[in-house]
Amino acid sequence: MKNTPTPKVDMRNISKSFPGVLANDCVDLKLNKGEVLALLGENGAGKSTLMNILCGLYRPDSGEIYIDGRQVEIRSPRDAQKYGIGMVHQHFKLVDSMNVLENIILGLHNEPFFLDLKRVRNRLVGLATQYHLDVDPDASIWQLSVGEQQRVEILKLLYRNADILILDEPTAVLTPQESHELSRVVHVMKQEGKSAIFITHKMEEVMEFSDRVMVLRKGKVVAEASTVETTPRELARMMVGRDVLFHIEKKTANPGKVVLELTHVEALGDRGLPALKDISFQLRAGEILGIAGVAGNGQKELAEVITGLRRSTKGKLQISGEDMTNRSPREIIRRGVAHIPQDRTSVGAVGDLSVASNLAMKRYRSKPLAAGFFLLPKRMLDLARILIEKFRISTPSPKTQIKFLSGGNIQKTILAREIEAAKSVMVAVYPSRGLDVGATETVHRLLVSQRDAGLGVLFFSEDLDELLQISDRVAVLFEGRIMGIFDTNAVTIDRLGMLMAGMTEEADA
Amino acid sequence: MRFLFEKRKSTSVPALILVPIVSFLVSLVLTAVLLGVFGANPFRTFAAMAVGAFGSSHGFAETLVKAIPLMLTGLGVAIAFKIKFWNIGAEGQLTMGGVAAAGVALFGERLFPGHSLLFCALLGGLVAGALWAGIPALFKTSLKVDETLVTLMMNYIAILYSEFLYYGPWRDPKGYGFPGSRMFSADAWLPRIMGRAHAGIWVALALAILLWIVLKRTRWGFELQIIGASQKAARYQGIAVERNVVLAVVLSGALCGLAGAFEVTGISHRLQQGLSIGYGYTAIIVAWMSQLNPLAVPFVALALAALAVGGDQVQMMMGLPASMGVVMQGLILFPMLAGSLFTEYRLNVVRTEQKAACPDPVKE
Repeated sequence: MKNTPTPKVDMRNISKSFPGVLANDCVDLKLNKGEVLALLGENGAGKSTLMNILCGLYRPDSGEIYIDGRQVEIRSPRDAQKYGIGMVHQHFKLVDSMNVLENIILGLHNEPFFLDLKRVRNRLVGLATQYHLDVDPDASIWQLSVGEQQRVEILKLLYRNADILILDEPTAVLTPQESHELSRVVHVMKQEGKSAIFITHKMEEVMEFSDRVMVLRKGKVVAEASTVETTPRELARMMVGRDVLFHIEKKTANPGKVVLELTHVEALGDRGLPALKDISFQLRAGEILGIAGVAGNGQKELAEVITGLRRSTKGKLQISGEDMTNRSPREIIRRGVAHIPQDRTSVGAVGDLSVASNLAMKRYRSKPLAAGFFLLPKRMLDLARILIEKFRISTPSPKTQIKFLSGGNIQKTILAREIEAAKSVMVAVYPSRGLDVGATETVHRLLVSQRDAGLGVLFFSEDLDELLQISDRVAVLFEGRIMGIFDTNAVTIDRLGMLMAGMTEEADA
Repeated sequence: MRFLFEKRKSTSVPALILVPIVSFLVSLVLTAVLLGVFGANPFRTFAAMAVGAFGSSHGFAETLVKAIPLMLTGLGVAIAFKIKFWNIGAEGQLTMGGVAAAGVALFGERLFPGHSLLFCALLGGLVAGALWAGIPALFKTSLKVDETLVTLMMNYIAILYSEFLYYGPWRDPKGYGFPGSRMFSADAWLPRIMGRAHAGIWVALALAILLWIVLKRTRWGFELQIIGASQKAARYQGIAVERNVVLAVVLSGALCGLAGAFEVTGISHRLQQGLSIGYGYTAIIVAWMSQLNPLAVPFVALALAALAVGGDQVQMMMGLPASMGVVMQGLILFPMLAGSLFTEYRLNVVRTEQKAACPDPVKE
C-alpha cells in the first residue's frame, strides 16, 4: 500500500497511437507490491491498450517499462509471463472441451514431454486452497459456471507464478455473491504480496477492490488517487469530464393494458436442451419489467421466443391480446415489437452497410423509403440525417459503414431504429453492456422515455443496480425459470442476487 | 519508420481507376520477362495479341462470342456470391441450359411455330439452369448441405448427361459419325450481328444493367445485401432468409442457363461437343474481378475474352508453345487480383516519433 522505493511495475511516458487515435498519450503507471490498482475510464479511454502493452500484445510507440526497477522490453505474452505478468481477459481463453487440469498446463513450455499430471494436480489443489479458489480439477470447462471459469483463469496465472495480475472487467459476468468471493480472493492475493490491476468502468468495483485508482480519459491520465480519499461521484465526473446523473429522473409508472403475455412458455436452447421452463408473465403498457439473471440462464432464448426468432415448444405468446405463438419475426415486427438484440455487431447492425442502411432496416418495405419494389436512397439518407441528429449519433457521414463507429454509437443507431419502429413492446437485451457511463445514461433515458410514451419495455440486464434503477418490476431468471417477480421498491439487491444464484429465500446466503 | 496496411474507410475513386491500370502494367512487365525467356519479342507479341482480339472484325466478333457467355455466367455467379452462396456450378447450369434449349429446338418444332421456337428454346434453357441451381439451393436451405460440393458435383452430372444425349439418343444419324445432334431448324437460330457474334450481347448488357438496378435500388436487392452480410441480422429484421436465398440462386442459375441456350441457338445450332469449355469456371474470376458489381461484369468479361482470343492468335502467329496463351492469361490475372488489395486497403507510412530518453521500441 505504501510507496516503496522500487515499484513492482513502473510504466513511464507510454504512448501508443492507432490510425486516427492517440490511444495512450505519455501515460505513467506505477504499481506497488501488494497493491490493487483500479484503472478507470470510458470505452476508448485507453485502458485496454495500456494493459495490452503491459502484457505484450501491443508494442508502445514510445516509453519505458520497468519491472522491479529493471528496464524491460515486453515483446510478447511469453515475455510478460517471464516477468510474472498475467491477464484475465474479459472473454476467457479456455478450451471448452478440456478439463481444468489440461487447461492449466496448456501452453506451458517447461512441462516435461510426458506429463506428470499428478504433480500438476497437487500443485493446483495447493494453490486453490491457498487462495480460496474452489474448483474441481477434473471438470470440463463447459460444465463450469462463468464464475468458476474465471477462477480457472486466475489459477492458470497463479500456476505460472504470476505476481502481477491484470483483470479486465472481472465482475461483468458475475453475480453479486460471486463478486464478493472474488474480492476475498483478491484480498488473499494481496496478503501474499501479489499485485493486481483492474480494468473497469464501474464505480462499485473500484470502491470494493482497489487501494488506488487511476482515471484515464482520451488516452491521458486525468486523475490518480487513493481509493479511500475519493467518492464514486467524483470519479465519475473525472472519467466523463462532466457531472453524471446516477439517478435517472423517473416518474411513477402508469401501467395500462397488457401488451405482452406469456403463458407456460417452454423452449429449447441451441444445444437442444430445455432453455425456458414454464415461463408466465404479463407486461403492461407504460411499465418497464426488468429481467435479472446471470447471462446464459435463458435470457437470449426468452427474447428470441418473444420476437419470433425461436420456436416455443409449449405455451402461448400474446401480443396486445392477439395470439402470436410461433409466428414469423416479420409478423411480430408488424405488431410493433421492437428488439435491441444482445449481439449488436452481428445481429443488431450490419457492419458492412452504411449507417443510413442500418437505420432503414425496419422500414425500407414501405413509404416513404420505398415506392413499390424500388428503394429511394435519397429518402433513406434524409431519414438517416434526421435520426442521427435526433439521437446524437456521432458518425462522419450517414454513408459511413457502421462498423467504423464506436460501440456506443452503434448501439445508439440500433436504438434509434428500434424506437422509431416500436409501437407496443420494446425488448432490450443488455442494451448498456460494454457502454461507457455517458452512453449508458443515454440508453437508460431513452428506455424510460419509451415507457412514458406508453410502451411495454422488457429490460434484460445483469447489473442489478441498473435494473433496480430503471425497472418498475423485476423478474429473476435462473436456469430457464422465473424465480419470482417483484416490485422494484419492495426488493433488495441481496435478495435478487441470491435468486440469481438459484437460492430461494429459505436457503441462507 | 513502419509500414501499415489499413483498411480503407471509404472507397477511393482514384484507387478504383488507378489500381487496375497499374496492375495491368505490372502484368505486362511480368509477361514480357517470360516472353523474353522464350526468345520472343514482347512488344511484337503484345501487338499481335491486341490485333488478334480487336484488330479485325473477325477477331472482335470472336472476342464477343467468348464474352457473351462470360458476361451471363459472370452475372449469375456474382449474384449468388453476393449472398455468400458459393455457386461453382455455373458450368453445369450453362450445360443444362444448352441441353434444354436444344431439346426444345429439336423436338418442339410442331408445338412452337416460327420464331416462337427460338423464344421457347431460350426460355427452356433459362428454366433448366434455374432448376439445376435450385437443387443445391434447396439442399442448402433445408438440410444445410454444403453448396460448393453439390454445385461442383452437379457440373459433372450435367456434362455427362449432355454427352450421353449427343452420343446417344439425340445423335444425328446423318452426322458421319461425329458426336452431335442434328442441326436445329433455322427458326431456332439466334440472329447474328457480326461474324459469329449474336444478338445475345444486347440481352447480356441489358441484364447487367437490370441486375445492378435490382441489387442497388430495390427492396429485394437491399434484403439480399443484408442476407449477404449476416444471415442472423437478416432473420432478426424479419427477412425470410431461406426463401430469398433460393430465389437468388435460382436467378443465378437462370442467367447461366440462358448463357447455355445462347451457345446452342447462336453459335453451334446443335447440341455438340464444345458446349462446356469452362466458361462457368472463368465466370468465378469474372465475378470476383468485378467485385460482384454487375456493371463491371461486361467489361471484365470482355477483357478476359480478349485475352483468350488474343492468346490463341499469339500461339498461331508467333510460333510460341500452345500453352503459352494460357500462361499469359494467368500472368495477367495475378497482378489484377493482387491489385484489388489496394482498392480495399491502403499503405500507410508511420514515422515513429522519438521522445527524449526513449529507446526506439520498434527496433528488435
